[in-house]
Amino acid sequence: MPPSEAGLRSGCDGEIMSDGSDLLTAYDRQNHWCEMFGGDGAPAEHAAMVRTRLGSLTLSDLVRRAEIAERELYNLGITFTVYSERDVIDRILPFDVIPRIISPRDWDIIERGSKQRVAALNMFLHDVYHDGRIIKEGVVPAELIYGNAYYREQMRGVSVPHGSYVNVCGVDLVRDHLGQFKVLEDNARTPSGVSYVVENRHMMQRTFPDLMDEIGIRPVSDYGQKLLEAVADLAPEQVGDPQVVLLSPGVFNSAYFEHVFLAREMGVPLVEGSDLFVEEDRVWMRTTAGRAPVHAIYRRLDDAFLDPEVFNPESLLGVPGLFSAYAKGNVGLANAVGTGCADDKAVYAYMPRIIRFYLDEDPILDNVETHICREREGFEYTMANLENLVVKPVGESGGYGIVIGPRATREEIDEVRAKLQADPANFISQPMIDLSVCPTLIDGTIEPRHVDLRPFVVTGQSSWVLPGGLTRVALRRGSLVVNSSQGGGSKDTWVLEP
Amino acid sequence: MTIGTKFLLARYADCSFWLGRYMERAESLARILDVNLHFSRDSRGSQNWRSIVQLNADEERFDEAYDVASYANVVHFYVLDRDNPSSIISTIRAAKENARALRPTISTEMWSHLNVFNNTLSALTSDDLKYSELSRVCAMIKEECQTHTGITEGTFFRDQTWYFYLIGREVERADQTSRLLDIKYHLLLPPNQAVGSPVDVSQWNAMLRSVAGYHAFRREHPRGMSPKQVAAFLLFNMSFPRSIALCLSEIDGHLHRLRSGFGLRAGASAMEILDETRAALADHSPDTVIQFGLHQFSDYVQRQLIAVTAAVRAEFCGVVPEQNAA
Repeated sequence: MPPSEAGLRSGCDGEIMSDGSDLLTAYDRQNHWCEMFGGDGAPAEHAAMVRTRLGSLTLSDLVRRAEIAERELYNLGITFTVYSERDVIDRILPFDVIPRIISPRDWDIIERGSKQRVAALNMFLHDVYHDGRIIKEGVVPAELIYGNAYYREQMRGVSVPHGSYVNVCGVDLVRDHLGQFKVLEDNARTPSGVSYVVENRHMMQRTFPDLMDEIGIRPVSDYGQKLLEAVADLAPEQVGDPQVVLLSPGVFNSAYFEHVFLAREMGVPLVEGSDLFVEEDRVWMRTTAGRAPVHAIYRRLDDAFLDPEVFNPESLLGVPGLFSAYAKGNVGLANAVGTGCADDKAVYAYMPRIIRFYLDEDPILDNVETHICREREGFEYTMANLENLVVKPVGESGGYGIVIGPRATREEIDEVRAKLQADPANFISQPMIDLSVCPTLIDGTIEPRHVDLRPFVVTGQSSWVLPGGLTRVALRRGSLVVNSSQGGGSKDTWVLEP
Repeated sequence: MTIGTKFLLARYADCSFWLGRYMERAESLARILDVNLHFSRDSRGSQNWRSIVQLNADEERFDEAYDVASYANVVHFYVLDRDNPSSIISTIRAAKENARALRPTISTEMWSHLNVFNNTLSALTSDDLKYSELSRVCAMIKEECQTHTGITEGTFFRDQTWYFYLIGREVERADQTSRLLDIKYHLLLPPNQAVGSPVDVSQWNAMLRSVAGYHAFRREHPRGMSPKQVAAFLLFNMSFPRSIALCLSEIDGHLHRLRSGFGLRAGASAMEILDETRAALADHSPDTVIQFGLHQFSDYVQRQLIAVTAAVRAEFCGVVPEQNAA
């Protein structure tokens, strides 16, 4: 990965800001809520010390260290991999060295709110696969669940340990222009990105120790052990010292680095489907000494590929017989099979109602205001306000298929109108949120860029939230799309000690 | 809940074996190229680059892609050619892909070094391989392979994975030495050429240097150098790290450790093949091996090594023979 040209130039010039002017003086948050400076009348006091320290660096020093950091990520192989016929290309997720800082007060809301959502999601999933009370009582439409591509009829009546379905949940949050955190979506299948949270921190500790000293940043390094405990909670009760493994689709998966990272942090074998087999409804792995039992699996493989005997028969990645062993309670799976019908964008719209239904509590974290196009009111409102709304297909992920009304061309608006007309139930719409920004090093200058936040909630018998999370940053000027597939990068996220 | 000494995934054992083999193979190839540049000349004093193609039994593949065995073609074929699976760039890439599969078990330093080494090789162009530059490039490759060896020695967790890595390395060493003996002995002893002529000695000299054995040989034989002495040194010497006898003894030791130290029951037929091979070696003296025919004997050693590889992979890793062959 060659350093950016702009970076090289200012690095080599050895240009020193000798007039004593502050690195951040010229920074303008452009009226957005800023994670480093706060908003109107609400200066981010918790970030004052970091601002001062950051401000005292020279731009050339910042650029130089950013280059070192980027090169190191590449050399360490903290990369996602693109395979072509001839080549294996490793790419890094762009990393911005200016951290995002979260106050203890904000974190308290995020932590409680995320746990609340996971608690509701787990009760919802148990209900869906057992009595279906929420459907019978008319809170969530039946076809939304039973017609959902991720609903697994095979899970009906299957009990999972501790009623814990969503063992790893990534709750995507954004912050609006008033500094309010809102949930954009729940990721209840196999959320990824946590390896970057930990590796970004290690990178910052090596590259900016002077910025971090005595700030009181909560550690993120025990994620692997917390995850191991949670997955071990899913093993059959009678097993004293359960064998946990991480099941990966293999080296060709773009998240393979993360699978390796997690297997190492958990201290468990990283296995592929072909390393496992099932005999008499028990799961075994192939070792040099013959077979060895497996009691709980953190799987990074979608439901559809888990077991060709039950799901996609074409799958070569899975383990024949795995589902039967699971349904009999002989092996634990994290996440449970069939969680996808709860993190759907259409179900998301019902989350505030779902939380109230099961917990009899108001949501601690609000949804972004969402119009459900399958409901007449929502549909009509959406059709009348297309130019002002963000329209999202409910079955897509990775930011695909989203139309941002205020930025769309006439043709794009007409196209999405036709699609809405044809299949209203496939869409939701939301107002355009003015996402918060964070100072970001762009071509040798510091500019505001929009960010989101994905905290990770780990749940076995109980829930734990990693004090940090993945801050994704849209590196293109003005862009609101933070997905790595569309020009997003990441930042280290510092949750401050209370 | 550990990956440590309790057990090893069969697939990891296989990947570790191949990581050891590929790294050894890359280093060996860099040595051969470098030495050929400096020392290996035919009877008219010009360099014979085709001999390297013959050494690796790559004639067919080479002739398909290149018209003449010129310096530029042979060096390109063996360093940069991604379509040639035995080129250094392909070998290191294969090593890296095995390391990628092993990443949960190997050290970050091992992975990172191999990653950077692979990137360095990917950035090489034909320009970097000009006649005047080849020696430096070969030195760089050797050094990187040796750095790998050092990092591995210092950081590799001594569980089963380590012994499979060592077995792979020793099998490759023995294989390389036996090929070298086989091909060189015949190339260097054409029927019409007087043994002991000046060119001949320089050839044997080059051969020893390509296995980093010249000075070691001199410690055993301060004066003189006969083809028989060199052949015997490479076959029987128990102190020289690339002699076939020592490599076989090392493999035997590693298999023993896997079985006694880790309680593995597999490996019995690999040990049997190994015993047989070592017995055959022990039955020979430098004289009898020449009488028997060096080519026949090298060929026998290579076949036995293939059988050992197949047995290790089948017994420990459950790999069906003829799958993923070298």
